[in-house]
Amino acid sequence: MILWESLANSNIIDSFITSQPSRIFKTFIDLSANDLFRHMRVTVYETIVGFGLGTILGVAIAIILWWSKFLAKVSEPFLVVLNSLPKVALGPIIIIWVGSGTPAIIVMAIAISLIVTILEMLNGYLKTDKEIIKMARTFNCNKLQLLTKIIVPANIGTFINSLKVNIGLSLVGVISGEFLVSKAGLGYLIVYGGQVFKLDLVMTSVIILGIVAGIMYGAVLLLEKFIRK
Amino acid sequence: MKEILEVKNVEKKYQNKAGEVQALKNINFRIKEGEFVSIIGPSGCGKSTLLSIIAGLEEKTNGAIYIEGEEVEGISSKIGYMLQRDCLLEWRNILSNTLFGLEVKGIKTKENIEYVKELLKKYNLYDFANKYPSELSGGMRQRVALIRTLAVKPKILLLDEAFSALDYQTRIMVTEDIYSILRKENITTLMVTHDISEAISMADRVLVLSRRPGTIKDIHKIDFEIENRTPINCRQSPKFSKYFDTLWKELGVNEK
Repeated sequence: MILWESLANSNIIDSFITSQPSRIFKTFIDLSANDLFRHMRVTVYETIVGFGLGTILGVAIAIILWWSKFLAKVSEPFLVVLNSLPKVALGPIIIIWVGSGTPAIIVMAIAISLIVTILEMLNGYLKTDKEIIKMARTFNCNKLQLLTKIIVPANIGTFINSLKVNIGLSLVGVISGEFLVSKAGLGYLIVYGGQVFKLDLVMTSVIILGIVAGIMYGAVLLLEKFIRK
Repeated sequence: MKEILEVKNVEKKYQNKAGEVQALKNINFRIKEGEFVSIIGPSGCGKSTLLSIIAGLEEKTNGAIYIEGEEVEGISSKIGYMLQRDCLLEWRNILSNTLFGLEVKGIKTKENIEYVKELLKKYNLYDFANKYPSELSGGMRQRVALIRTLAVKPKILLLDEAFSALDYQTRIMVTEDIYSILRKENITTLMVTHDISEAISMADRVLVLSRRPGTIKDIHKIDFEIENRTPINCRQSPKFSKYFDTLWKELGVNEK
């Protein structure tokens, strides 16, 4: 950072293209004075809603597919295709269907995290230790009991892993959503800064985004500790 | 003595690519209350399949299973089944693991919980009631699994190579442990194993299955004439090697 600052000051690198730490700090102070927190709040809100809905829907669908072998077979090719499809390509469709603005961005975040959650959770459910399932069957365990007493608790590890992956993915979804349509948010700041060539603004936003991502990941780790007791 | 289990003309066929395979044929035997019967046989003779059929986990092609004179279809609550691995649920503590069967069957009554606690106390596990399976040794885990099975008060206990996942020393210890519990609680037991010495050291009778299609080749009565018989003092008896020899030869003939 010192190197960056001194190279920029001595004009060896062009601070118009690369910005420099002191200017980023200044922008940060300026932004705090006006709208930074609003933009941050918007992004965090969209990410959390997208993350929450993506995870809940993903787990619910995985459970349904575990329950019904038929549905699992029917949906498998769709899931595989949707999984490799770049979700950003769906952006225009999402905007037309749900309208521009916050809902579109949240749907984007869900679209990115949902399929991965379904595939990962379903895989975990199907790979639950066969011997343990057999043990439960010897006690004449019904399917609902098998689900609640064996399958779900046995896959807490898988669930926590998918939370960790999802928080990152939801943020990707929100930022790409904000790139496409938004009037606020860190993604909006980055695009805006890029368009008017204010690299200070872009850099500041990226750094704040990094910090936000770190804090959110920390929150998931806390949640993990809580779940595992 | 009362008859607990009767297996009558049980037959098992299944399909594979090569056509129909007869796994078990004409299986007939009875077990009396309090008896310990062991099934041995060459690998692939269908001995584990037979146990799964008795437990109701697998369909039989023909024949019938009676428990206390009543024909059973499917999974019966009169049968307790112990698998190779202890299959304890890592996310539950020991007490909650032993209550699993009662919980699933919806009979987790005060009385039954007391019974489980009694068993835990009797077999030195009560101090670990709030611990988790990962904190216990292999032998203790196996005892917990046994108590989980006994908690639902089965009429007969089926052991499917229940000790083969353990290393040799632990295995000797655990058989000793489990055997004494089964005798004290007077549990009728049917054990499948590939280990001849394990079968001899524990069983009152040993059933020898033949190579596929599995049929009962012979039934050997094992009597060490020892008071307070335990697997270890059986192993030390001079009769042990005689029994071992007989059974070994009988299995050996099948290998050809």
